[in-house]
Amino acid sequence: MKIEILGMGCATCNKLEDTVRLAVSEMGIDAQIDHVKDIKQIMTYGVMTTPALAIDGVIKAAGKLPSLADIKQMIGNK
Amino acid sequence: MAECFTTDNGDKNKLNYYIPFVLIPLAILVYFFLEQGVDFLVYGIFQMDKSAHLTEAIRFFLYDTPKVFILLTVIVFVVGIIRSYFSPEKTRKALEGKPLFIGNVMAASLGILTPFCTCSAIPLFIGFVESGIPLGVTFSFLVAAPMINEVALVLLFGLFGWKTALLYASTGLLIAIVSGWVIGKLKVERFVEEWVYEIKAGDFQVEERKVTFNDRIQAGYTAVVDIVSKVWIYIVAGIAVGAAIHGYVPENFMASIMGKEVWWSVPLAVLIGVPLYSNAAGIIPILQALLEKGASLGTALAFMMSVIGLSLPEMIILKKVIKLPLIIIFVSVVATGIMIVGFLFNLIY
Repeated sequence: MKIEILGMGCATCNKLEDTVRLAVSEMGIDAQIDHVKDIKQIMTYGVMTTPALAIDGVIKAAGKLPSLADIKQMIGNK
Repeated sequence: MAECFTTDNGDKNKLNYYIPFVLIPLAILVYFFLEQGVDFLVYGIFQMDKSAHLTEAIRFFLYDTPKVFILLTVIVFVVGIIRSYFSPEKTRKALEGKPLFIGNVMAASLGILTPFCTCSAIPLFIGFVESGIPLGVTFSFLVAAPMINEVALVLLFGLFGWKTALLYASTGLLIAIVSGWVIGKLKVERFVEEWVYEIKAGDFQVEERKVTFNDRIQAGYTAVVDIVSKVWIYIVAGIAVGAAIHGYVPENFMASIMGKEVWWSVPLAVLIGVPLYSNAAGIIPILQALLEKGASLGTALAFMMSVIGLSLPEMIILKKVIKLPLIIIFVSVVATGIMIVGFLFNLIY
């Protein structure tokens, strides 16, 4: 599984990365976590708000910091 | 520059739905009887001397603090619910293909209602440009979004009355519309970084689940928790400053430098205000102090607009997508607009 955090380094984006890492470690799954900071790459997803969260290339959340439980659910449903 | 007030705490229980319908009327009831209550407390129970400065200061503090917090909570809650109906993606769709002037009016109005934070300024800018929205229209959005916000409105309403709040909102909107329109007329497309035009944005496909009204109530709660936890300290400080100077610093102390007879007070206020950045709540204590001590309304409003509407951090972020000449044009056009508003108010009042 590939999890991408799309954000240009704002505080909320970093918090999202931390939350995702926590979710992944708590769930004990094997996932590749990337923090995409390049705006051109971010724009290829078409999001207009950051931070955004993409799991296996599909945008799951944009412009907000989902809760740990929500992130776990997004990962779990995959 | 709005901050990112977007935490989803995800705790959605059924009870949520009913609480506001009990709490809001209760809050309004408290609001209307607050002054009598505080008077009773200060003069009746504490038996304080009516003519003393200290009494006046304490009464001011005890009355204004709960008043502003009630207003803030209710308004932020309602705005949080309203905002859940808007998104940058929907706004972009609405603005696509709109001609310049109508586009500016719509962009400025939507700028107030669309949830937006500065960390999203670049993706938003590119997203707008990508879908062919004129630069002038995009700038109307970028001016209105930070300048007119609910915290500023609540504080102006609570501390200086509804006329000041209304003046602020309407002139802020006007500045956003006109500056965007002017920038649009200036043909500034060449000052956008070339790579912005080359970006091929993908299709946005968030997996939307059905948003229930309960979710919107939740959005209201989230907004209240996020905003109030961030601004309460400034508000208390602001009211404390207001209370402290209420009667202590000589009246009209500021009038000689920031009064309406001093023509250069408006440009000076804007010049100082532009590089400064503070959230709306942080600027209120200063505004309170200025107005109380004889600064004129136009000068004070111009100062506030330039602080929260234009800021160095925002310019640095925008610098990644637009070249320096456009940043300078942007700042000068908006600053000029703010000055005109300042002068106008000093003239009228």
